[in-house]
Amino acid sequence: MTRYLAIFLTFARACLVRDMTFRANFILECVTSLGWMSMNLAFYLLVFTYTPEIGKGTGWSKEPFFAFVATGLIINSVVQAFFMPSAEELTEMVRTGGLDAVLVQPLDAQFLLSLHRVDFSSLANGCVGLGLLAWAVARMDHTPPPVAWLVYPLVVLCGIAILYGMVIMLAAATIHMGRNQSLYDFWFYLTNFSRYPAEIYAGPWGGPLRMLCTFVIPILLVVNVPARVIAQPFTGAAWGGVVAAVIAAIASLVVSRFVFLRALARYRSASS
Amino acid sequence: MSDAAAMPAKPFQGLRTWWTMLRICLEERLVYRGDFALGTLMRFLPIVTQVFLWTAVFAATSRSDIAGYSRNDIVAYYLLTMLTRAFSSMPGLATGIARSVRDGSVKKFLIQPVDYVGFLLAARVAHKLVYYAVAAIPFALVFFLCRGYFPPPPDAVTIAAFLLSLVLSFLLGFFMEAALGMLGFWFMEVSSIVFGYMLVQYLLSGHMFPIDLLRTVPTGVAGVSLADVVHWLPFEYTAYFSSAVWLGKVQGRDLVAALAIEAGWVVVMAVACRIAWWRGTRRYSAFGG
Repeated sequence: MTRYLAIFLTFARACLVRDMTFRANFILECVTSLGWMSMNLAFYLLVFTYTPEIGKGTGWSKEPFFAFVATGLIINSVVQAFFMPSAEELTEMVRTGGLDAVLVQPLDAQFLLSLHRVDFSSLANGCVGLGLLAWAVARMDHTPPPVAWLVYPLVVLCGIAILYGMVIMLAAATIHMGRNQSLYDFWFYLTNFSRYPAEIYAGPWGGPLRMLCTFVIPILLVVNVPARVIAQPFTGAAWGGVVAAVIAAIASLVVSRFVFLRALARYRSASS
Repeated sequence: MSDAAAMPAKPFQGLRTWWTMLRICLEERLVYRGDFALGTLMRFLPIVTQVFLWTAVFAATSRSDIAGYSRNDIVAYYLLTMLTRAFSSMPGLATGIARSVRDGSVKKFLIQPVDYVGFLLAARVAHKLVYYAVAAIPFALVFFLCRGYFPPPPDAVTIAAFLLSLVLSFLLGFFMEAALGMLGFWFMEVSSIVFGYMLVQYLLSGHMFPIDLLRTVPTGVAGVSLADVVHWLPFEYTAYFSSAVWLGKVQGRDLVAALAIEAGWVVVMAVACRIAWWRGTRRYSAFGG
């Protein structure tokens, strides 16, 4: 474990050195990333000039909703920074045979393929997310109890683990298909469902969709559970969500590991 | 040199060039038609979340409409902007032009009897025609499933204005992006400029929300809202305007005036694009074999 941590830190240091070599580009990436985020925040502010909350009686008024958005920013920035850059490179590695060089390394292939590249500029959104969370929590009607602050990092990690599992399964699909650009687009569109509170998915179409995105593809647990812990009164019902998030995170990691190993077993080298 | 190159050698040569480009684009697109159609269908997924979001917003407010839009209007609006964007969006155009300047491949248009801007326009028309042919099925499917959100079809004049606005939005989108790409003659890398443009475009085109929502946002000038300012910019004509026309939000004199503004922007951008090409090719130094 210590060895893997040391190797990961070496990867991270190399990526940081690379980013700092092209500092202007790094700053530009941070600025553009923050630009997209600011636009979304402006949109939500605009929406709240017309409505007191998102969904009647849901409790997602302005400040709790911004705590929700902040939680999403934190989780997504970690996934975008640590896992997505490596996964995106995998398509090319499978097509060109570069994956062979990874498989002969005396290291776990999943570790190497999912953590060898770090995009530090993506962490900018996470930093703003932390600030936004502090701003929103300070203005909420209720103060989160100490237990909520203790549970919050745990369920944030669960959200990250669920998304990591999904990234790994998509990477596995790359090995099967050779090219999966549409599937990465699908990942983007799928995670779009996690951007809003689960309560908005109601009615004859929304109910089944909510069930699907909670129990089959647990995308709705990723942001909803941690956001609910911190932004809604911490009642007994919140524990149900916490347990569900922990189970979903473990299942996501186990299933993705199984799928990834199966895909690797079917890999045929593309190099000469 | 490029002026003389713009003249076709034979009367039907230009048409033949267009036909050849259309055929190439058709074949290229139809190779991955399944993936293409699936990708088009998936682009509607974010609208699903928008439908639920706005349903929740309307459920929580006592208003029957927001900025003149009922819940159904908002859903119809987002679907119509998908259609408008299918006309006005030009993926890869600006970066492609800048790349051709950077890697030197643009120099062939300086010696061949093909006008570069005309060539790009022809290629884009072909690209769009193929796109509509393949994307028609997913679009028709989604619009049929969501038909309940749409008001009754407007009168013939409004439909004609809608179609005209779509054609103008295609031309406006093309010339805006082409002019942006021509900046490649002055800057080695335009990707950051293009990204900045995309940010502004996404926000002010109405792709994100109906521009009418900005009527409550003040500008600091008495009686002038942010929506009024956006109305005079070219961006809203690439997404908002056509959708608003179909939904009857812009009518009568306002409709005529807005169409005139849109046509005016097309001319301005076409001229800007042409000037950028002329000035750019005069300072251009080609490298490579």
